[in-house]
Amino acid sequence: MFTEIAIEISELLIVMFGSPLLVGVIRKVKARLQGRRGATIFQPYADLCKLLSKEAVVSENTSWIFRFTPYLLSTTMVLSALIVPVLTTRAPFGFMGNIIALMYLFLLGTFFLALAGLDAGSAFGGMGSSREVALAALAEPTVLIAIFGIALRAGTTSLDGIITRFAADPLLMLNAGHLLAFFAFFIVALAENGRLPVDNPATHLELTMIHEAMILEYSGRYLALAEWAAGMKLFLFLTLLSNLFFPWGVALANTPVTLCSAFVALAIKLAFFAAAIAMIETAVAKLRLFRVPELLAGSFTIALLAVVTSFFIK
Amino acid sequence: MIIDSTLMFDLFLVTFACFSAGAVGALVTARSPTLARVVGHAGALVGAITALTFGLVGLAGGSMQLNVPNLLPIGGAAFGVDRLSAFFVMVVATGAIPATLYAIGYTREYTGKHSLAGMGFALNIFIAAMILVPLARNVLTFLALWELMSLASYFLVITDHEHEETLRAGWVYFVMAHTGFAALFLGFLLLAQTTGTMNFTDWGVAAKLNPGSHNLIFILFALGFGSKAGVIPLHVWLPRAHPAAPSHVSALMSGVMIKLGVYGLARVAFDWFGVGPAWWGGLVLVVGAVSAVLGVLYALVEHDLKRLLAYHSVENIGIILLGLGAGMLFQAHRLEALAALSLIAALYHTLNHAVFKSLLFMGAGAVLHATRTRNMEELGGLIKRMPQTAVFFLVGSLAIAALPPFNGFISEWLTFQSLLLSFQISAHTVNLIFALGVAALALTSGLAAACFVKAFGITFLALPRSEPAALAHEVEWTMRTAMAALALACVALGVAPFVILAPLDATAFDLIGAHADMRFDWNALVTNDGFGWVAPLWIALGLGAFLIAIPLALGLMGTNKRRRYYETWGCGRALQTARFEYTATAFANPFKRVFALLYRPVKELDIEFHPESRYFVRTITYYNEGRLIFEDALYRPLLRLIRALAHGARVMQSGNVHSYLAYILVALVALLILAV
Repeated sequence: MFTEIAIEISELLIVMFGSPLLVGVIRKVKARLQGRRGATIFQPYADLCKLLSKEAVVSENTSWIFRFTPYLLSTTMVLSALIVPVLTTRAPFGFMGNIIALMYLFLLGTFFLALAGLDAGSAFGGMGSSREVALAALAEPTVLIAIFGIALRAGTTSLDGIITRFAADPLLMLNAGHLLAFFAFFIVALAENGRLPVDNPATHLELTMIHEAMILEYSGRYLALAEWAAGMKLFLFLTLLSNLFFPWGVALANTPVTLCSAFVALAIKLAFFAAAIAMIETAVAKLRLFRVPELLAGSFTIALLAVVTSFFIK
Repeated sequence: MIIDSTLMFDLFLVTFACFSAGAVGALVTARSPTLARVVGHAGALVGAITALTFGLVGLAGGSMQLNVPNLLPIGGAAFGVDRLSAFFVMVVATGAIPATLYAIGYTREYTGKHSLAGMGFALNIFIAAMILVPLARNVLTFLALWELMSLASYFLVITDHEHEETLRAGWVYFVMAHTGFAALFLGFLLLAQTTGTMNFTDWGVAAKLNPGSHNLIFILFALGFGSKAGVIPLHVWLPRAHPAAPSHVSALMSGVMIKLGVYGLARVAFDWFGVGPAWWGGLVLVVGAVSAVLGVLYALVEHDLKRLLAYHSVENIGIILLGLGAGMLFQAHRLEALAALSLIAALYHTLNHAVFKSLLFMGAGAVLHATRTRNMEELGGLIKRMPQTAVFFLVGSLAIAALPPFNGFISEWLTFQSLLLSFQISAHTVNLIFALGVAALALTSGLAAACFVKAFGITFLALPRSEPAALAHEVEWTMRTAMAALALACVALGVAPFVILAPLDATAFDLIGAHADMRFDWNALVTNDGFGWVAPLWIALGLGAFLIAIPLALGLMGTNKRRRYYETWGCGRALQTARFEYTATAFANPFKRVFALLYRPVKELDIEFHPESRYFVRTITYYNEGRLIFEDALYRPLLRLIRALAHGARVMQSGNVHSYLAYILVALVALLILAV
């Protein structure tokens, strides 16, 4: 029991302290691809520290919702880190929820962030909130259908169960349905985390912004928490993508060797995804807001195809 | 468990003594509006509390039989109780207790304007009829109570009868309720004819013998109960009548009354007919999916707070029917354990919706009470003026958006589980229908979250958009207590679902004959031996723990704790007013564009320029309304047809007494020939 809790805490620490690094790596790779030198990969840590030491300026129109949201947002992400199998399928808190519960926990954070966007009474915040919830709502069916596709093959919606099943029987993954579900989930991950081509995380104060518009009023420790939570969300989504669809390396039993190799495997998979995102963000322009539903509809169709293929190709 | 039926019988009598006392008391004290208000609603409150006890005892396994031979023709009035009936009595009471408490304060403003005695009388009748409907055990008892319920609620809807709009809403409700009644009437008579008995208790056995021959009866029942439940396309009365009624009545109608349509469908599908053809379940599932998605889409573009909530009732009935339809399909494919799971999901959502929708309607009523407007574009900033109401409304919003750790999350999670488990059926068409059901439910819950960001954010946050909103004040304690009780229920049903899952499992077992494919105890729910699990209590504890731990950790790290208040940043504009805020219309606009095919928005922009120069604008009028396709495409032509037929029938009305006598003779002869 003691070792299990130690493992759970180390998973938590990996997500909490690894997420700024992941953001830093994406930015660095992107900079190099675009011919810039870019800041060091540790820059996000420095940013967070600086924000934490600054005084917070809060709009006088806001209510407690605005001040509460950053704490709730980081809470949902930290709690999700306990549910997501980061290193091992044998974590003690995995029983808290299956993948559906996890998605609703993410939605809880989005809900409050959108409220906070409206709270200051600025047109920017309202704009961001409105767009964010629209995209989140449209992404939701894809997420669930992709989950359906996975559950059909793995016979379970529990995160640990899916990984165990796929790791035990890798041939299950060798079919078109699995690949389609992966693509659908990947597109949703981009949309949910405000990455290109849906939202540009690098724009600040442009009328095209979505996530940035919602957190425009935040400063000081509140902004630090919101940024950190966004980093953790990206980290968790990419971890899900790596471990659900490419379960190699995830520890199925808790021994020092498997855990260390799980850590290395996770690092490699995340580095790969970070590079992929950096490449996409370099190569692709942001879509117009009203073209995004077409992208999401596309990913929905892909996910549905994933489900249909698994009915016919068992 | 065997419970002495005298206990049930005593509770039954006390309940109706209270409602009668409330109804009569309100009339007797009509001279003093204050007394009538308190007596009428207090009688209903005590009656609802005993009804809740009655329901709980019934769920625990209590039974009762009661026949009053001469009250009604053909078999008299017959009442009985099983777990399904007891559950719905409990749902009605759960909605009625806070609603009547709330009404004591809420109806104060009607003093001098409307008859409080009449309102108290009708409310007592309405609630008593709703409690009796699930207990009815023969055709005439059921139909009489069903009609009583419709009529009492009709009179409550038209309380504000000086408004043209309210009367119109009442009229639409009246017509739809009676169209549904006609369908039910036919269905009941046909079923009574094929089974040869008017007693519900005998139908279970008689009808199960040959379920395939009941297609027409099923359709009639589906129409009748569906129109009461408000499924699309029979929903047209709901967004009109619910907002027009006083808010506690809206809460009762939306939270409770429409659930009796669900009761009827559950009774038909799982008790009377047993296992029906697969397409019945498919039909219910598809209608549920369509209602869920379209209901929430219409809610999104609605800016009348109460009408928005009414559309959400259409949505939630859709979610309930998704579970019900799934259960019917599972049963048709002989997967009884999964059928029980789906039925439990549907019933749990029924209870949850009664709780959070009542809460939301009461919150909207409090806003209406404080600001005199339901138009969200004139609201805003109420969280500072009505802080407690704001918290209660927020809890309701989170619950209806199915977010953890509130009750809506558990029932939607269960519905998802039962839909996902459909892969155990090996029929590709059915699988695909289920897959689309999953997608519809997912889209619905995403859109519901979006809609309640709008409903709460625009109404309660930022700056007030009108003077009444700026001058709003917190409502009185009876109203706040009622909302607080419901908000607590949202949390309790969300973190401790095992309390209600056990009796629901027993209910499902009674009807289907199998226990649900699920294990549950105080710390977790596990479906299908590990297919999915969730630990709501632990999620709630985890959220609470980290909400405390994160600020503490930040404090220990020596974070800068200072906070300075300053005006909202606004690109250098001089002052901030409410006109800079995002409006409800603007908030919903992305949805309007994405789903333009459904809304078919009509856009108009009128700009009046200054006569001297086109560079100066005097007024801008922007008109952007969606059209209601069901009204346009379905009801308009239907009404036109009826009007044409009525016009044609006028030929017969000559006004001549002799020809009328001739008609009577012809009709008599025709009937005699038919009878022979």
